[in-house]
Amino acid sequence: MKLYELTISEASKGLQEKKFSSSELTSACLERIRAVEPKLHAFVTLTEEQALEQAQKADFLLGSGEVRPLLGIPISIKDNFCTSGIRTTASSNVLRNFVPPYDATVVRLITEAGAVSLGKTNMDAFAHGSSTETSDFGASRNPWNIERLPGGSSGGAAVSVAADEAIAAVGSETAGSIRQPAGWCGVVGLKPTYGRVSRYGLIAMASSLDSPGPITKSVEDAALMLEVLAGHDSMDATSSPLPTKPYRKLLKEKRENVTIGISDDYFEGVDPEIVTAVQKALREFERLGHTVKQIKLFDPQYAIAVYTIIQRSEVSSNLARYDGIRYGFGRDAFGEEAQRRIMLGTYSLSAGYYDAYYAKAQKVRTLIVEDFANAFEEVDVVIGPTSPSTALPVGSSKNHPMFGEVSDALLEPSSIAGLPGISICCGFSKELLPIGMQVIGPYFMEDLILNVANQYEQVTEWSNRKPDL
Amino acid sequence: MEFDIEHVAKLANLPLDEKHLEILGKQLTETLLYIDRLNEIPTEKVEPTSQVTGLTNVTRDDTVSASLPQEAAVENAPATHNGYIVVDAILEEER
Amino acid sequence: MSNDALTTTYQPVIGLEVHVEMSTASKMFCRCSSDYFGQEPNTHTCPVCLGLPGALPVPNAKAIEGCIMIGLALNCEIALFSQFDRKHYFYPDLPKGYQISQYQHPFAQRGSIMLSDNKKIRIRRVHMEEDTGKLLHQDLDSRAVSLIDFNRSGVPLVEIVTEPDFENADQVKEYLQKLQQIIRSLNVATANPDKGEMRFEPNISLRRTGETNLPNYKVEVKNINSFSFVERAINYELKRQSSILGRGETPIQETRGWDEKRHITLGQRSKEEAMDYRYFPEPDIPPVRWQPGEIDEFRRALPELPGEKKARFIQSYHITAYDAERLTRERRLADFFEEAVKVGQEHGIDPKTIANVVINKKIDIDPTVPAELIKDIVASRSIDAIDETELQSIIQEVIASNPKAVEDYKKGKTNAVMFLVGASMRKLKGRASAENVKGLIVAYLDAM
Repeated sequence: MKLYELTISEASKGLQEKKFSSSELTSACLERIRAVEPKLHAFVTLTEEQALEQAQKADFLLGSGEVRPLLGIPISIKDNFCTSGIRTTASSNVLRNFVPPYDATVVRLITEAGAVSLGKTNMDAFAHGSSTETSDFGASRNPWNIERLPGGSSGGAAVSVAADEAIAAVGSETAGSIRQPAGWCGVVGLKPTYGRVSRYGLIAMASSLDSPGPITKSVEDAALMLEVLAGHDSMDATSSPLPTKPYRKLLKEKRENVTIGISDDYFEGVDPEIVTAVQKALREFERLGHTVKQIKLFDPQYAIAVYTIIQRSEVSSNLARYDGIRYGFGRDAFGEEAQRRIMLGTYSLSAGYYDAYYAKAQKVRTLIVEDFANAFEEVDVVIGPTSPSTALPVGSSKNHPMFGEVSDALLEPSSIAGLPGISICCGFSKELLPIGMQVIGPYFMEDLILNVANQYEQVTEWSNRKPDL
Repeated sequence: MEFDIEHVAKLANLPLDEKHLEILGKQLTETLLYIDRLNEIPTEKVEPTSQVTGLTNVTRDDTVSASLPQEAAVENAPATHNGYIVVDAILEEER
Repeated sequence: MSNDALTTTYQPVIGLEVHVEMSTASKMFCRCSSDYFGQEPNTHTCPVCLGLPGALPVPNAKAIEGCIMIGLALNCEIALFSQFDRKHYFYPDLPKGYQISQYQHPFAQRGSIMLSDNKKIRIRRVHMEEDTGKLLHQDLDSRAVSLIDFNRSGVPLVEIVTEPDFENADQVKEYLQKLQQIIRSLNVATANPDKGEMRFEPNISLRRTGETNLPNYKVEVKNINSFSFVERAINYELKRQSSILGRGETPIQETRGWDEKRHITLGQRSKEEAMDYRYFPEPDIPPVRWQPGEIDEFRRALPELPGEKKARFIQSYHITAYDAERLTRERRLADFFEEAVKVGQEHGIDPKTIANVVINKKIDIDPTVPAELIKDIVASRSIDAIDETELQSIIQEVIASNPKAVEDYKKGKTNAVMFLVGASMRKLKGRASAENVKGLIVAYLDAM
């Protein structure tokens, strides 16, 4: 096995046991990047020199017996997290020359955990999309088939992990942006409960929805990353003061007799192959001793409307600061998707329309929150497909004003409610494209959904497959 | 769906030419049709959720921390002068 | 139309918006120092108050408490549920393209303040918001530019809005003085208008006398930075508007700027009715909920307000309303006076006397200690216990021995009196007060 193919767990073990050094591991990743980047374009900014320096420092600490969760592990960071002294663009021309004078909390945390930063990954510009095609710097490509999109907006992050350019990645999700690309790229994507991970330093898209989270090769790695990222931050007034949990440890004790809820609406209009794969997975869960129960959830089609209004309204507000005066370029540098979303958002907040749109959407949001609360009285988790289709061809998102919101229909309800969700691979289509399955849990029960996902991963082989690059 | 696309663009401070405005106008209309589905859901007695966290009264104490040095604060600005950030004057007309 | 005819035909309808800078150590939503006055530009900034991508606001508890206190001091209802809202508009001094303010659920509403002659001014709302940066207009390389300094960006402001209850500029001035006094007594702000710590925006219009509906226009005046300018600006506006009305036209609804050099108002841009601020609840800041008990606690923590203090002084110390007004104008003076009253009690000096001395002799309370003041009064009292007849005879003696001084006084040289007072005081060896002696001498001389 090549060094760059390792998971965080495997690499940490190897580093601790002095089987290889962080410098070797990092160099291997950088070489891999050099080899596949021309095809994949996962990165906006590579920080090779810095990475090797950090690896050297990590080796020194490892040598002195220091133990930290990510010590010496090469990680990629989505380009909407501010990194001090390193260009941060959100894949938009507006910020193509912006160098933040500060680190996002999430960046600080992984640095303190000893990680090596490989660079900043490509995304839909300002996270507006589910394809990475709206990046002002060119789309990223799906490692399983480079004529396919990787999904988005954390497309570059998912690609970097699926192609073994990075051992793990930090991404963000507003409604689908971690889980959907993870699903299309055959890797694990965890969107924690809203408020579980600090948003300070994350370039805001929709403030009441944005959630940083890890994209990894295994469920165990996701648990490990969550331990590093989760926790209260005094710089973020919406971050939860609730104590975090030892997510890795809690994976080891298998949860028994889990009641899994499934709702028909979540299988409506979904590719038959995906439906089959998810149903097979449900049988697997039953074999593991869990129960599958039919429930009725709020139709995800309504969630599209709720999400579109809330997200675009908050986007139009959060993008008001880009005027080219203190940093970046002027408002004529916005891409089309950003323009579209700003326009709709501005309209739905404007005088005379606020009640009909934004206020109305926030009320239906309450109904969705209540709907899930009721569901979780009957079931422990909800499972369904991550996306209605597998990775779509390059160009699919063009001139489709609602591409993102429609593709993410199955993910929006849980995002709107702020619930935690994880996507894992549950099969491959006949075109050999990954199929994603999502597990949604109650607030702050990341340990439960990780546990359930882990049990499935342990009895299947999907995570061992690698794309042919 | 009646709306003044030019007015919206002005409110949004987006410099868009007529051609673009037309295209965006059409796309906005398309999107609004989708959104109108919300009217099918009754919400008379429902409270809006602006904070899923349920948190309240989050504040901090009144202590001072170091600010950014002047250099760092203005570093990304395209135009500066003696520590100030420079922008073309906005002319206020007098009447 | 003559001015009188105008005033009888039209009556002013004036409302007032006041912004007060809170004297917290840090800014409203970040930990930058809020002490921006006179600092080098852009040295008190951070990602939050610069509006950098990814930055988030965290509210200052002390600023919020200060706002609640102001609301209570103005007899407002404190909302059990309040939140911050985003107010959107584009301007170079507003880094985020929106100001975090309060719209639908402000901290305090529906209060009032009484002016003299029982005029009640209703307070519509008291809410919190953040200040903007500062623009300096200049010519740079023959280009007209604005230089922006964000040191002030994010400083906590409390906005106090009245109903349009004012009928003239005098009432506005009285209100502002009272408001400043109250705010200072709470110790939440220094409220110096010349430092921009207290800013005023009157809304001025006129309606036909007797009409109860609000006029169909109003003019907001900005850029006023002193109490006296407020008076002038209002009076100027009233005159300007009545001329327009007199012509049968309606003044344009707009924002005008006060020109302090020319003492006129100048039109700038149309009033915000045309501006759509697209308010919505600030998603980055959870709402604020108070328990009724907590509001009671705030109320208990209120210091005695100037109005209450004045009433108490009149009642407890039996001094005149005028004296009470003078003594309670500043907290330090009021405290000094009460301290002196305490000491005075032990020496048989009554509060009225102390009040008299403090006010009329314009005692400088900084170097003076209350006990010292009482000592002086006691001393002068015992001096005044000199026999009236003896005093008279000494004074007569002095006058008789100084005919030239008498002549000078008769010629109009009032200084001659002081000469005679001095001479008398030397003879009296400090057994009478100069005040008393002077009075007697003048009376004598005038009778001659």
